[in-house]
Amino acid sequence: MRMSRSAATLGALGLVLAGCSSEAGQQAEESASNTPSVATDVQFQPGTTMAELHDAGTITVGTKFDQPGFGLLNPQTQTPEGFDVEIAKIVAGELGIAPEDITWTETVSANREPFIQNGQVDIVVATYTINDTRKQVVDFAGPYYIAGQDIMVAKGNPEGIEGPDDLAGKTVCSVEGSTPAQNIRDNYPQANLVTYDVYSKCADDLTNGNVQAVTTDNVILTGLVAGNPEGFELVGNPFTEEPYGIGLAKGDTEFRAFINDALEQSFEDGTWAAAWDRTAGVITGEQAPEPPTVDRY
Amino acid sequence: MQFISDNSDLLWSAWLTTLSLAVASGVCALVLGTVLAGMRVSPVPPLRGLATFYVEVFRNTPLTVVFFFLFFGLVYVDLQFPSRFTTAVAALSLYTASFVSEALRSGINAVPPGQAEAARALGLGFGQTLRTVVLPQAFRTVVPPLGNVWIALAKNTSIAAGFAVTDLTAALQRLANLNADQLLAVFAAVVLGYLVITLPSAWLIRVVENRVAIVR
Repeated sequence: MRMSRSAATLGALGLVLAGCSSEAGQQAEESASNTPSVATDVQFQPGTTMAELHDAGTITVGTKFDQPGFGLLNPQTQTPEGFDVEIAKIVAGELGIAPEDITWTETVSANREPFIQNGQVDIVVATYTINDTRKQVVDFAGPYYIAGQDIMVAKGNPEGIEGPDDLAGKTVCSVEGSTPAQNIRDNYPQANLVTYDVYSKCADDLTNGNVQAVTTDNVILTGLVAGNPEGFELVGNPFTEEPYGIGLAKGDTEFRAFINDALEQSFEDGTWAAAWDRTAGVITGEQAPEPPTVDRY
Repeated sequence: MQFISDNSDLLWSAWLTTLSLAVASGVCALVLGTVLAGMRVSPVPPLRGLATFYVEVFRNTPLTVVFFFLFFGLVYVDLQFPSRFTTAVAALSLYTASFVSEALRSGINAVPPGQAEAARALGLGFGQTLRTVVLPQAFRTVVPPLGNVWIALAKNTSIAAGFAVTDLTAALQRLANLNADQLLAVFAAVVLGYLVITLPSAWLIRVVENRVAIVR
């Protein structure tokens, strides 16, 4: 009796697993149908990073695994999905590397620079704001998207918060070590800032009323609002510019120029907008914005 | 070095926060843990059962989960601590008390039974026996394990960094992101901050241990 029951359980588990895998297979097929094109006939100057990567047939990309819409790990396929991921596929495609030959490495805010400096990744596409401190240790191609700091409040905006100046005397939540948190500290010292380690805790605190607002880049907030449209709303008044760039080894000017070319081409031929529409655009529900201007510093 | 002096205010206040988290939680955990240990050896079965239940719940729950419950779970039963710092102290104290209690109970068990029997023969009650005869001897034998608990507590304070308390680990997160070019200096400063708390503690524990040791 005991044996047969566990055998039945095993059988049921097998069925469930079979269901999962076929679903995953279907998804993989769907995503394969609209991936960026891979250049087949490309030549690079010997000795350049492009030639090295092209000959190796693979590229290691650092991206976030926890950012809905930009880089979020799909537990079934064990690969990340999102706008950052699509941008990386566009760049890899120009190098003649197919999406399935890309090695994905999770990077978090604190390890992006060391990973580039130590060569653990070839490029980082991870909601990576271009700034001068970071430019001292790594180089940036792009920007490929301009985010902006915005504010999320409880549904109906009971505190009437329309912009950062309304945060004075209010408790506002962000993530420790993030650029938006520092911006509040430096420029809006009258706001009472609370910092957790992840944004989901800020959302919890907004739900139970411990904080009156959550602030960070609009794209991240949009993901949170999408997760709980009954509880949250976005103020929709971005008050900073956060240019997202592609991080690469400092001093590799040829590679940077190559990535910038690839980005500009994707802006023009529509692959950039298409990438937006099937990733971040699904969450925001908005059309792709105007592509930014690449900064060839 | 320039970097350290530029951020000395933040590092100093973060270090003080870590230290006060550890000290406040340590004192609360010591008091609560002693009461729990007394309950566990008491002749009253419900007290023993309650203390055993408490210890098993908190000793076997990850500290992060305890934090999460106090920060985000309590509001659903309409309870709230006055500040995030006190919430963190409460989480650390509740958790650490279970370890203090177990360390102390082992010390109580190490006191020869003849001591308690002699105290009873003199007419002392349970509470008097525990306070004046058994616990003073028990504390002397558990200085090293209590030292372990204290050092673990000092490092466990870093969990509070994830819960809106700006301790050394939170300062590490903040400075690491703002100073991409100074990562090693940031790490060194923060590790040093913890060592300044734990290394002298280890030394002090050894001194106390030698001074109060019972020579049998």
